[in-house]
Amino acid sequence: MDIVTPEIGMVFWTTVAFVLLLFILGKYAWKPIMAALREREQSIEDALLAAEKAKEEMVKLNNESERLIKEARAERDQILKEAKATREAIVSEAKQQAQVEGARLIAKAKEEINTQKAAALAEVKNQVALLSLEIAEKVIGKQFEDRNKQENLVTDLLENMKLN
Amino acid sequence: MHLSRIFTLRNLLSVLVFGVFAISAASARAFSPQDEQAGHEAHQEQKGVQEEEKFDAASAIMHHISDAHEWHIIGDVAIYLPVILYGEDGLKLFSSAHFYHNPREITWAADGREKTETWYEYDGFALFHEKIYQLDENGTLRLDEAGHPLNARPLDFSITKNVASMFLSVVALLLIFLAVAKGYKKRRGKAPKGLQSALEPIVLFIRDDIAIPNIGHQYGRFMPFLLTVFFFIWINNVLGMIPFFPGGANVSGNIAFTFVMGTVTFLITTFNGNKNYWKHIFAPEVPVWLYPIMIPVEIISVFSKPFALIIRLFANITAGHIVILSLVSLIFIFKTIAVSPVSIAFVLFMNVLELLVGFLQAYIFTLLSALFIGMAIAEHAEH
Repeated sequence: MDIVTPEIGMVFWTTVAFVLLLFILGKYAWKPIMAALREREQSIEDALLAAEKAKEEMVKLNNESERLIKEARAERDQILKEAKATREAIVSEAKQQAQVEGARLIAKAKEEINTQKAAALAEVKNQVALLSLEIAEKVIGKQFEDRNKQENLVTDLLENMKLN
Repeated sequence: MHLSRIFTLRNLLSVLVFGVFAISAASARAFSPQDEQAGHEAHQEQKGVQEEEKFDAASAIMHHISDAHEWHIIGDVAIYLPVILYGEDGLKLFSSAHFYHNPREITWAADGREKTETWYEYDGFALFHEKIYQLDENGTLRLDEAGHPLNARPLDFSITKNVASMFLSVVALLLIFLAVAKGYKKRRGKAPKGLQSALEPIVLFIRDDIAIPNIGHQYGRFMPFLLTVFFFIWINNVLGMIPFFPGGANVSGNIAFTFVMGTVTFLITTFNGNKNYWKHIFAPEVPVWLYPIMIPVEIISVFSKPFALIIRLFANITAGHIVILSLVSLIFIFKTIAVSPVSIAFVLFMNVLELLVGFLQAYIFTLLSALFIGMAIAEHAEH
């Protein structure tokens, strides 16, 4: 049969056409196309990986920030607590100091009072002595004039002195 | 073998989309051959077979699926293709118009009846049934009793209809894929566009579903071959389905074409075969007393694989053409236009089927080539 007998011409030209096609397409079409496809797939994969990584990073950041917030809260509470304690300490110390000062002032005042009292008593004693001397002088002076009168006078004087 | 994959073509959709566009062209085929064939056959019948009344469907179909030295367009219009011969007188180059403008008649006896056939003569050569013969010293063509010429044949390197159609497909493939490659350079790293996005799924399909599963990590080396084979066969299948001028040639249904394709696969397989492959053939892991049977069987299988490729593609495409032409011939066998709706309906159906077969055969050829290559370069012999 003719149709199952390969003709030399067709074999020759098919070989030429195929080799030519394989060479030209291989060099100028398949090579750049396959390279471009590979490159694009690589870039897509890279992008996906990067996105995954970014997601993980995000989760990590979120956790970190949550942790930080928690820590900050705890720290704030701690600070507040400490501040309260400090305030109380300061207040109680101040109270104590005030009491001590008050007591000291009172003691000082008492001492002053006592000093003043002692001074006043000494003064009184001096005055009494002077007065006594004066009285004695006067008594002695009057004694010689009128005895009764003298006596009355002394009595009077003494009475006056007691009132002092 | 991954036979199931043949039916679960992931990217069949893109092919079907292409098919929808091609149907408009294909349906035209249903009408065109009638005129063409009618004119052609009537012409041939009148001049050729004596019984003008009888329509010889077999010879008409054979004429249509065979190669020719002219590219018939319509009516009396044809492109005369260059004839290149290498015979006793060295290289000869002339237009086939010289043949077709110089018809001769020859009469021979068949089954007791005289039969007259046309042949063409030019410059000591005869063109008889589209084959070129060297005229003998008397300048005549001699036939045996079966009607086959006894003359010697020169080496015919003519640019025949098939060769011209094949060159057309080569040019088309170059234009398409160089444009696509340019697209990849222009839109580097970006989404594909236009032609590029139409063909990218197919390229990826060949890489991901044919090359990688069958060849493995070394697939990169064979990708140019697989892609070229696939698209070369496919475009010729599709061009062969167009009934009028730019198509019409039966390139991928030509045994010489499939022979070259199969041989390329055979050569690639043979030259890339590693020691496991050769060991599997010449020292299979069977008891030694089986070697006299096993080794011949293995050697036969080396040749039968590409041979099956050659025959499968040839038979599928040629059969498709024969079926379609037979359906059209019905009109001339019944000699009534009333049959034409039936013929057209069946031809349309066959065209759509052939569109699928055209893709499928290109796919199967590529898949099996990849499989054979994969078997030849596998690191561990399969058992």
